[in-house]
Amino acid sequence: MIALLHRDLLLATRAGGGFGLGLVFFLIVVVLVPFGVGPETAILSRIAPGILWVAALLAALLSLDRIFALDHEDGSLSLLATAPIPLEAVAVIKAAAHWLTTGVPLAIAAPVLGVLLHLDPSAFGFVVVTLLLGTPALSVIGTFGAALTVGIRRGGLLLSLIVLPLYVPTLIFGAEAVRRGVDGQDTATPLLMLGGITAGAVALLPFATAAVLRMNLR
Amino acid sequence: MTIMSMWEYANPKRFMGWTGHVLPWAFGGAAVCLTVGLIWGFFFTPDEMRQGSTVKIIYLHVPAALMAINAWIMMLVASLIWLVRRHHVSALAAKAAAPVGVTMTLIALATGAIWGQPMWGTYWAWDPRLTSFMILFLFYLGYMALWAAIDDPDMAADLTSVLCMVGSVFALMSRYAVNFWNQGLHQGASLSLDKEKNVADVFYQPLLFAIAGFVLLFFALVLLRTRTEIRTRRLRALIRREGQ
Repeated sequence: MIALLHRDLLLATRAGGGFGLGLVFFLIVVVLVPFGVGPETAILSRIAPGILWVAALLAALLSLDRIFALDHEDGSLSLLATAPIPLEAVAVIKAAAHWLTTGVPLAIAAPVLGVLLHLDPSAFGFVVVTLLLGTPALSVIGTFGAALTVGIRRGGLLLSLIVLPLYVPTLIFGAEAVRRGVDGQDTATPLLMLGGITAGAVALLPFATAAVLRMNLR
Repeated sequence: MTIMSMWEYANPKRFMGWTGHVLPWAFGGAAVCLTVGLIWGFFFTPDEMRQGSTVKIIYLHVPAALMAINAWIMMLVASLIWLVRRHHVSALAAKAAAPVGVTMTLIALATGAIWGQPMWGTYWAWDPRLTSFMILFLFYLGYMALWAAIDDPDMAADLTSVLCMVGSVFALMSRYAVNFWNQGLHQGASLSLDKEKNVADVFYQPLLFAIAGFVLLFFALVLLRTRTEIRTRRLRALIRREGQ
């Protein structure tokens, strides 16, 4: 299992792996927003938490189709399916590798980009915490979507159509926690809900992912 | 005499048999109920005090919204039956219900927008109910797109069934998450079995007819579409056999 995680991390960080592309995409979205809504500081700082969350979500989406597609093409997915570790564990590790290569860097980069959007200084902590808490759910849900569309040629667009509606609850609670944090309101409820979604998704979705993979490999 | 299990009716041949007899009655019943409900509702009920005649859109809006949700639940049940018992008719029924359900969702959204403009002063608001219906609409689109994208019918049935189950959980979560996110403009439920007082009786009775009409119409359309799917499946099998 460790070996698989190691391999996936290596593949992601070496050339052509797409590591960093997600971050650059995150940066570009954040830079484009002021062009769209105008440079007024008040407006930007008001919408900054939402922009950061939506941009992080899109950046996470960008690298999803790599999770299984390449392994499916060269047959290593079939090998993994017959390997001694259960396919559910493979699903967890794939999601973990995706989270380590996109979710964690995004959460770390978010405050830096928050400066560009005049994010309220008190919100920096909340942005990092909610992203760290919420991005595992994004990775696990995305892994499920990737498994669902792995057999489909040019399934990238379909993948986003399927996965984005599944991201709604995570996005709502993540952005709401930051918004409440900035306004000085109680953030315990949205944070707990966000953590609950992540915990539930991590615990249950790998089973669906593995089932879907088996169907695809049959 | 043998006792027939209910699953016997799901055998494609038997299914084609009994649905052939039921279908005209379902369509006829839907036509009668809708005609009675809508004409009664539109022309023989008084205008409401504050809403004026716009209240009458309830005869389309409420039944369509009801069926939009129930269609998804029906797809969920059919998907479960497919995964557990591998009845092909069940998977095809789920596939057949999706376009009907998405149409109901659109009717509910559109009639709501038409009513919202004079009453709330806006076609659209990010109200929890409106938002969750929009999310339901997206789920329908994703489900149908996945069916359309996979060639192998059995694999498509498998994968869409899992998506339907996972999607149901997330749709439900979104439904309550949006409550948390924004307080609504939308009024409470118009009809509940456990409430003493629902909509005033004058509006209530024609509404029941309209709902019955929508239920029957949904039933008839799903049967018709399932029959079409079965025939398509048979035709494909024939073509494959002749081609060899």
